[in-house]
Amino acid sequence: MSFLQIIDLEKSFGNVEVLKRINLEIEEGGFLVLVGPSGCGKSTLLNTIAGLEPITAGEIRIGGRRVNELHPSKRDIAMVFQSYALYPNMTVAQNIGFGMEIRGVPKAEREAAIARVAETLQIGPLLSRKPSQLSGGQRQRVAMGRALVRDPQVFLFDEPLSNLDAKLRVDMRTEIKRLHQRMGTTIVYVTHDQIEAMTLASKIAVLKDGVLQQFGTPAEIYNNPVNTFVADFMGSPAMNLIPAKITNGSAGLALDLERGAAPPISLPLAHPPAGLVAYKGRDVIFGVRPEALTDPEGADRNAVSLAHADCFIEVVEPAGSDTFAVTHLGGKGVIARLRADANIAPGTTAPLAFNLSKSVFFDPETESRIL
Amino acid sequence: MTTAATETPLAASRTPSTLAPNRLARALIYTALILFAVYYLLPLYVMLVNSLKPLGEIRQGDMLSLPLATTVEPWLKAWSTAQIGVQPTGLKPYFMNSILMVVPAVFISTVLGALNGYVLTKWTFRGAGVVFGVMLLACFIPFQIVLIPMARMLGLLGLAGTIPGLVLVHVVYGLGFTTLFFRNYYAAFPSELVRAAQIDGASFFQIFRRILLPSSGPIIVVTVIWQFTNIWNDFLFGASFAGVDSIPVTVALNNLVSSSTGVKEYNVHFAGAIMAALPTLIVYIVSGRYFVRGLMAGAVKG
Amino acid sequence: MKERLQDYIPKLVLSPSFFLILLFVYGFIAYTGYLSFTDSRILPSYNWVGFENYERLWKLPHWWRAITNLAIFGTLYIVICTVLGLLVAILLDQKIRAEGVLRPIYLYPMALSFIVTGTAWKWFLDPGIGIEHTMHQWGWESFAFDWIKDRRMAIYTVVIAAVWQSSGFVMAMFLAGLRGVDPDIIKAAQIDGASTFTTYRRIIIPLMRPVFLSAFVVLAHLAIKAYDLVIALTGGGPGQATELPATFMYSYTFTRNLMGIGASSAIIMMIMIFSIIIPYLYSELRAGARR
Repeated sequence: MSFLQIIDLEKSFGNVEVLKRINLEIEEGGFLVLVGPSGCGKSTLLNTIAGLEPITAGEIRIGGRRVNELHPSKRDIAMVFQSYALYPNMTVAQNIGFGMEIRGVPKAEREAAIARVAETLQIGPLLSRKPSQLSGGQRQRVAMGRALVRDPQVFLFDEPLSNLDAKLRVDMRTEIKRLHQRMGTTIVYVTHDQIEAMTLASKIAVLKDGVLQQFGTPAEIYNNPVNTFVADFMGSPAMNLIPAKITNGSAGLALDLERGAAPPISLPLAHPPAGLVAYKGRDVIFGVRPEALTDPEGADRNAVSLAHADCFIEVVEPAGSDTFAVTHLGGKGVIARLRADANIAPGTTAPLAFNLSKSVFFDPETESRIL
Repeated sequence: MTTAATETPLAASRTPSTLAPNRLARALIYTALILFAVYYLLPLYVMLVNSLKPLGEIRQGDMLSLPLATTVEPWLKAWSTAQIGVQPTGLKPYFMNSILMVVPAVFISTVLGALNGYVLTKWTFRGAGVVFGVMLLACFIPFQIVLIPMARMLGLLGLAGTIPGLVLVHVVYGLGFTTLFFRNYYAAFPSELVRAAQIDGASFFQIFRRILLPSSGPIIVVTVIWQFTNIWNDFLFGASFAGVDSIPVTVALNNLVSSSTGVKEYNVHFAGAIMAALPTLIVYIVSGRYFVRGLMAGAVKG
Repeated sequence: MKERLQDYIPKLVLSPSFFLILLFVYGFIAYTGYLSFTDSRILPSYNWVGFENYERLWKLPHWWRAITNLAIFGTLYIVICTVLGLLVAILLDQKIRAEGVLRPIYLYPMALSFIVTGTAWKWFLDPGIGIEHTMHQWGWESFAFDWIKDRRMAIYTVVIAAVWQSSGFVMAMFLAGLRGVDPDIIKAAQIDGASTFTTYRRIIIPLMRPVFLSAFVVLAHLAIKAYDLVIALTGGGPGQATELPATFMYSYTFTRNLMGIGASSAIIMMIMIFSIIIPYLYSELRAGARR
């Protein structure tokens, strides 16, 4: 049975529905990431799990127990906030021990617990300082310490890394993953950063406008996005979503891509999804990730379905580990990811390899994936 | 002006504009500024020097010269023997009345304002905006409109002409402002801290006392100064509702100055005026920064 | 059960204040409003007379005197305070070394009671011992400044004292506004070749729009409420020369015992203030909600 369950959860502010019939679950020890653009409802969803905001309908269960009616402090959860929410007037030790103090835990026991957590997070020397005397990374650790000391059933993280600079963010990300692996406590984690989502999650839930778009493992979300929103949101650079047309090729279905003044490219589709047959003669959206669109030498040798076409290269962006090239297909700029040492120049025409087995197709009307 | 303006420090924090005028212009600017300073200081100077002169010297001499024969007699007289009303008591008993009125009124209105601000920002509910609007608008009513019913209400409560009655009046009509101050201050206080404390299991009052109150020093000072200044300086309520034994110092001063009987003792009037102004002036000198902040926040609200 | 109680605590804490204000402000306004339609004299009466008090009020020369005075006083007070406040703020914003000394000097009058201010100016403007007397002592025998005793000019002495008391405060508002201007905008204007004067006229002063509005609202509402200062400075005289609506209301209600008329004048004062304050608060709160 799942450890944390969210069943038909709805939440409205007045007449505004901010969460619409959300169903989610995660097994014990899992790492659930809620991801989406700002205003999608992910933080509200986290707050409802914490009990900081009441829900309009549905049920939340933690460890098989319905917690809808429970006060946040009774749900056996701990939360790390975006701003860290350290009590400014208390020392680090007092911050970590405040919850125990409120619950009336004896002083000696409290101090032992604080020392234990300080040891885990290596913040021992900071215990007598005030939050204002700490760096961003140190505050982050203290905030985690305050959560750890509760030894809860579920950890809730609300964009905990978004106030850190880029380098520290990567370090803390690794640290959180390490902590999770060591303690094995269930985590629900909110972020707008899709890389954080991919790297940390065992399950990802993508939200938009209060609606759950897709719920699955990082690989499922990345490789098989259910609609253009998920496809576009996850991955960087984003998946190319190119207007295209399905035609009858010499050997089954083919994909036609406009190339401006030049004649269109026609790519044979060796293993198209079954549903694509119905789109013969109609427009679709062709989704191809930059890494599935490369220079022929850099293409995946094991690809089942590979097609080549000459494309006019508009811009070349060397990024060190890779080189990105921008071309124009179907009336849109399209990014290809080439090897770092690919020999390519802007203003020329170069052959590109399309890995069609890594491509997806969307209905232009519904924006859902064609299966 | 909005909350933001409250936080804008008056001290030159930004690198002042490099609109650097030339020397002559600067000399003119300084001259103008000094002339303005003279204008603002002149009445205080006049009150001070003339409060230290014998009456004859004022009549014969001019108002701007320093005293020839300095005397503290007018001060002593204003404090303890000047004729106010029918009694030659000086301002002393009225000064005490003001203190007895101001201290509880400031305390109660500040505590209530802090709690109201806390509720209105951290425990909002449907209609909280309307409640705040209703309380805010109350700050601006012309008090003439409540004089008649208030007089009757104090009579009904048995508080007519008493200091507790005046305390009640000042608490009620100060609540809008104290609530406003704390609401605007707590609006900028991170709500995540309250949420963290809730998860830690702290109750409504524990969160207030342990989390918000320790960070409320500046706004408490601002509110106390604002309330103290307004209540100390009040004249209308004192003149309308005070009884013989509860007249505040501002009303007593006015009685002293405008009594038409006997010789006009200007020096005593000036000494009394400075005396009545002294508590607020001292507060202003000691904590001018907070005083200005209160003015700005009270000026308008967002 | 305990959880339920916790849910009500915030509202329980707020409600005493809210109901106090509801009763003592809005209830009292309603009561005064009702009295203004009755024939109340020395004591409240509940005898409905319709708009009679208002009709009588607007026929009273005394009331017209008060309203005319308010127009003169209010206009001059607002305009002079604003101009002076802005001017001093701009001067003070020129990297003045002594700012820390000057600023408190400009502001301290705001800490004083209007009764104190009135007392100081009452004797300072008194021809017998004040500035006129002093000038005579200095040998300028023809100097005359007796506005405070002059029926036509006395209202202007109220303006002088009120401006003295409030202009420093307006200065502080403008100074805060000026300090809030993005320095990059000023740099950009300089690079565009604008002179100091042009920069202020075309860029900075237009940016002060919200401060002008705030200052106007604050000063207008202070002007309509003005009472203490007049009492201490002139007592409304000479004659009725410095009578304002606030003093009118008080004397009709409590001295002349025409409570119905007093109440109707208070209602008119409130309408004046609310017609300025409500649109302003509404827009401020809307803007606040948007932020």
